[in-house]
Amino acid sequence: MIHWHLTKRLSPHFVLDHSANLAPGSFTALTGGSGAGKTTLLRLLAGLETADDGYLEVDGERWIDGRRQIPPQRRSVGMVFQDYALFPHLTVRGNIAYAVPGGERARVDALLELTALTALADRRPAQLSGGQKQRVALARALARRPRLLLLDEPLSALDPALRHQLQDELAALHRRYGLTTLLVSHDLPEVFRLADRVIRLEHGRETACGTPAQVFLDKQGGDGRCLISGQVLAHEESAGLTWLTVLAGGDIVRLPMASRLARAYPPGSPITLEAGALRPAEPFGQPLP
Amino acid sequence: MTVDLAPLWLTARLATVTTLILLAVGVPLAGWIAHSRSRFKPVFETLIAMPLVLPPSVLGFYLLMALSPARSLGAWLHARLGVDLVFSFPGLVAGSVLFSLPFMVQPLQAALTNLPDSLREAAYTLGKSRPAAFWQVELPCVRPALVAGTVMAFAHTVGEFGLVLMLGGNIPGVTRVASIAIYNEVEALNYGAAHLYAAILCSFSFAVVLAVHLLRRRTEGGA
Repeated sequence: MIHWHLTKRLSPHFVLDHSANLAPGSFTALTGGSGAGKTTLLRLLAGLETADDGYLEVDGERWIDGRRQIPPQRRSVGMVFQDYALFPHLTVRGNIAYAVPGGERARVDALLELTALTALADRRPAQLSGGQKQRVALARALARRPRLLLLDEPLSALDPALRHQLQDELAALHRRYGLTTLLVSHDLPEVFRLADRVIRLEHGRETACGTPAQVFLDKQGGDGRCLISGQVLAHEESAGLTWLTVLAGGDIVRLPMASRLARAYPPGSPITLEAGALRPAEPFGQPLP
Repeated sequence: MTVDLAPLWLTARLATVTTLILLAVGVPLAGWIAHSRSRFKPVFETLIAMPLVLPPSVLGFYLLMALSPARSLGAWLHARLGVDLVFSFPGLVAGSVLFSLPFMVQPLQAALTNLPDSLREAAYTLGKSRPAAFWQVELPCVRPALVAGTVMAFAHTVGEFGLVLMLGGNIPGVTRVASIAIYNEVEALNYGAAHLYAAILCSFSFAVVLAVHLLRRRTEGGA
């Protein structure tokens, strides 16, 4: 079990104050807006930042106890940084071997094979694609068999197809190693796909915690209808009605509204749409039964 | 025309010893300054950069005063360590180390500061100590700056005149380096020998600056 209560003042008006419990083998996503304190929390857990107060206990061992904190070198953590932080002067093999205690060749080979990097073992990071770099960073983070794996938006720079594939690989490695993983992510599909639990941080405080469904389906109406946030882009008068062009859920839609009501939603203003029924897309051009 | 090669060998010896000491001192110093959050950091940076703007004769004069056996520091060095740094080769080395320090430290410090913090932090999370992360990760990443700093420190020591003259004088075989030999030959109206020394130093300087440029081009091309 990993549990903590940590505080750190980041500015005169911003204090990160957070408590949590992570069950062994759990996969937790940490979400929230920019500057919410997600990366700082990850860095506190890794020992790269110093907490002002609190504790961090991992399997009965205190890593942070008030002002007494053990350095990152003595914590069993693996961390994948947002920029991967691969050592540019070392090959893929060198990067992984650097992390393996004693550089044990068999273990390096196993990690290369596990992350499908054997063919790229002699390349330098500059010669790798984003997905390959991500794999090296992951293999390196796993090399010391960490008790806690920390991932700071590791897939954010990748295209959606590659991200999808690497999410599968990440999930497989998480299960295989029985890791306790904490992932910072803004990507909702990624969170739903990987995490069994979500912590949402806003301005240094936890505002929601639960399964992805519990945290993100808060706009679900009781009668099955759901509310979708959007933004009004333009107005157009036609046939006594005002047609609103609205950006919602990544799509642009046109909706009619009585002109006297539409005046309350000028272009640029937020608007909430209510949707009642799901209409599945027709598979492969065939009409639905 | 016979030319005494001793000043050239002495210059090479002085530059080599100075550069080796600068590597031993300057590299850790650059690492410390690059990562230090001390409020005294600007003071250290200023002190290291002083030789860039100070006339060499000023530094030479103060060193001459401080290291003179008649003064407390010079007397202490003589009594405790048996070392006389005025008008001696070790004195030239000490002065040259101080004078060429910014040429070693500044390029390294700039390169280390520009490295992403995540590189050394990644090394820490992989169980590596701060010194290990510095020597095994950071320093290899700034190798071009290390080579440029080394070459420039060496070349600068070769070309030094004012400080060497103030602190070491003009003792044949002991402190008469090439730049002082040129001055000496001109004083004696022996322009042929002065030309030869000057031509050797010119060729050397050209080769050094060209090497640094080529190194920079190679690094930028590879980036």
